[in-house]
Amino acid sequence: MKDASPNRFVADHVRSLPRSGIRDFFALVQKMPHAISLGIGEPDFVTPWNIREAAIFSLEKGKTSYTDNLGLLACRKAVSAYLARVFGLSYHPEKECLIGIGVSETMDTAIRAILNPGDKVLYHEPCYVSYAPGIRLAGGVPLPVPTRPDLEFSLAVEDLEAAWEPGTKALILNFPTNPTGGVVERGRLERIARFACEKDLIVLSDEIYAELTYDGEHTSIATLPGMRERTIFLHGVSKAFAMTGFRIGFACAPHEIIEAMMKVHQYAIMSVPIFTQEAAIEALTHADDAVARMRDSYRRRRDFLVRRFNEMGLQCHLPQATFYTFPCVEETGLDEKTFATRLLEDQEVAVVPGTAFGPHGAGFVRASFSTGYEKIETACDRMARFVGSLHAAAVK
Amino acid sequence: MTKLAIGRGMSDKRGMVKDVLKLLLEGEALTTPRMAAVLGATEAEVDAALDALRAEQTLLGWRPVINPKAVADNQVQALIEVSVTPERGGGFNRVAERISKFDQVETCYLMSGGYDLMVVVRGATLLSIATFVAEKLSTLGGVRSTATRFMLRCYKESGFLIDGAEEADERPAVSP
Repeated sequence: MKDASPNRFVADHVRSLPRSGIRDFFALVQKMPHAISLGIGEPDFVTPWNIREAAIFSLEKGKTSYTDNLGLLACRKAVSAYLARVFGLSYHPEKECLIGIGVSETMDTAIRAILNPGDKVLYHEPCYVSYAPGIRLAGGVPLPVPTRPDLEFSLAVEDLEAAWEPGTKALILNFPTNPTGGVVERGRLERIARFACEKDLIVLSDEIYAELTYDGEHTSIATLPGMRERTIFLHGVSKAFAMTGFRIGFACAPHEIIEAMMKVHQYAIMSVPIFTQEAAIEALTHADDAVARMRDSYRRRRDFLVRRFNEMGLQCHLPQATFYTFPCVEETGLDEKTFATRLLEDQEVAVVPGTAFGPHGAGFVRASFSTGYEKIETACDRMARFVGSLHAAAVK
Repeated sequence: MTKLAIGRGMSDKRGMVKDVLKLLLEGEALTTPRMAAVLGATEAEVDAALDALRAEQTLLGWRPVINPKAVADNQVQALIEVSVTPERGGGFNRVAERISKFDQVETCYLMSGGYDLMVVVRGATLLSIATFVAEKLSTLGGVRSTATRFMLRCYKESGFLIDGAEEADERPAVSP
């Protein structure tokens, strides 16, 4: 009998795409309006006023038109100058830069611009939820590479080599990493760069959390020898500038790549809203102090949260960047989904099961510290009670 | 895995004082127990840091930030621009310090520009401030002139927006 459901209209490759584990957990948390959530993947700060004011001023001035498909030239110039100042990168604003709708869309545009059907893409896991689906939607084949707790979720080139297969075209990197807070120190990054060169890979480097580095210095892989020509550098203003709702991301890469991305972007998006681009200009040129203040606050919250996890017996490495901790819950005897669900039901505290970020997140949960001290403290007290009750039950 | 060290060594005392000062400025963790919890220190260490801040006159005192409306019935504030003749050897200091000692004076700054001292004065009525200016301030030796500007409405006080209704947190409870 013929399928009469509207589902028959959905493309096979989309139908087979799993829903994000985040969505299922979100539905659960939504039923508990008084829960304290450590599951939020965005800053709790409101966008600094001078940035918001720039957006308002832009609207007041009647700037309501499309812009160049690549983005406002003034915005691209601001991006270029910012990357030179903060990352030591040099990109031509007219030819090597594209403004997109946050890093998510910009990454998707990059993937679609470079992949042929069947091309394989290495990416490390646990990771942000969109990489593997993005690769599949573009007809590619995702090749996950585990990042391991004993390396504090850094990436070992040996693991890349083990996962590599003939037909691999690209490598997606996201350091500092959501959800683990993992970083790659320079020596290890240089080995990864050499691997990319040897295997002739193009690297898509999502560095959205770079400014939220608390210990050591962030190095962009695009600055390493031989890498600029084979890297699509992806960044945006969402995290460090607390501008998630503005949806501004950008890609910088050699002209030919940006030109290809521009075609995809042009036919899908046309251009990014002009007033949010105006706001991004203000952010990139006049918000260093605000970023430093927020980073300072996140660092103290991170120290507090990690200390409390370790005190309550949940082993947790000290993330050197991002606003995420990734404690191990195996010691409680529960898997990450049961731990998160029971913690929510028993104590009304939401954390995200690590497997929402891929199977390699098993045994871990993500707890964000983009929440005020008071809530973090209360959440920790409740978690300690919960973990204590599990220990007590285990002793009985 | 790295475990975060708990507690601090003697060499880190200066860092603790700085951290306590930052928490005070953030205004979110003002009690000693909470500061201790946030910083991973003992309450005694936080108290020691507060003592150090007091001793070096960085922390001058505690005063709540209160919505001016709550005290508006019996409070009037004025900003007074004072022009002063500077003195050999002391400049503006002697006069400024003398003005600052009046209880009515909340704040006193030496300014660049068209006048010398900006003095913020609080009083029960317009008349009490007018009297203070006429009888005390303008008659001080060295004071050449005053211009009094009464404050009509407060929109922001010490970093807090007045009537800035707190928006509900609309962030999704869980997001990637």
